Amino acid sequence: MNETFGTVLIAIGVLFDLFGCIGLVRLPDVYNRLQAATKCVTLGTCMILIGLFFIMGIGSAGIRALLCAVFILLTSPVAAHALARAAHRSGIKLWEGSVVDKYIEVDKQR
Amino acid sequence: MNQIVSTWPMVFMLIIVFSGFLCLYRIARGPTAPDRTVAIDILGTLLVGICAIVTWISGKGYYMYIGISWALLSFIGTIALAKYLEGSNFDE
Repeated sequence: MNETFGTVLIAIGVLFDLFGCIGLVRLPDVYNRLQAATKCVTLGTCMILIGLFFIMGIGSAGIRALLCAVFILLTSPVAAHALARAAHRSGIKLWEGSVVDKYIEVDKQR
Repeated sequence: MNQIVSTWPMVFMLIIVFSGFLCLYRIARGPTAPDRTVAIDILGTLLVGICAIVTWISGKGYYMYIGISWALLSFIGTIALAKYLEGSNFDE
């Protein structure tokens, strides 16, 4: 459809992917790594797929790319939330520079 | 054909492959099991992006089938690993 606009979108998405993975390596804690990597990589992959839709046009590949973007937007936050809950319940400590932990207070009220 | 296979898709694909190697470093090095599970989830999402760029390079639409099914299997595997790490039943 519009190849230049699609290429710019794919470039921004690829840079988001790269910065998310640098955050996955650099940050000190499993929760910090989760919140850096999940948001950046979800947005980056969705922008790659929407850019592919703008390049391919309304055909079979473009519609499949839009479906895949919607599916990743629905499922990736659910998986991240389940992973954070599982890590906290299996007893992973927070980083010593962390300030507040609300989930322990919620567990004490039960 | 030379117009389709230009230099930009190869550059984007090299950057995503480099990000995948950063995820592999976290899988090999990560101190606890949830670190490795987070890195596996992120690697599955990156591979969907690789499938999208392969679709752009080759011009064939059926590579997106691989992307959609890979996203589905990665989601199911991450949920199963999270439930296993939590140590609870699947029907909670």
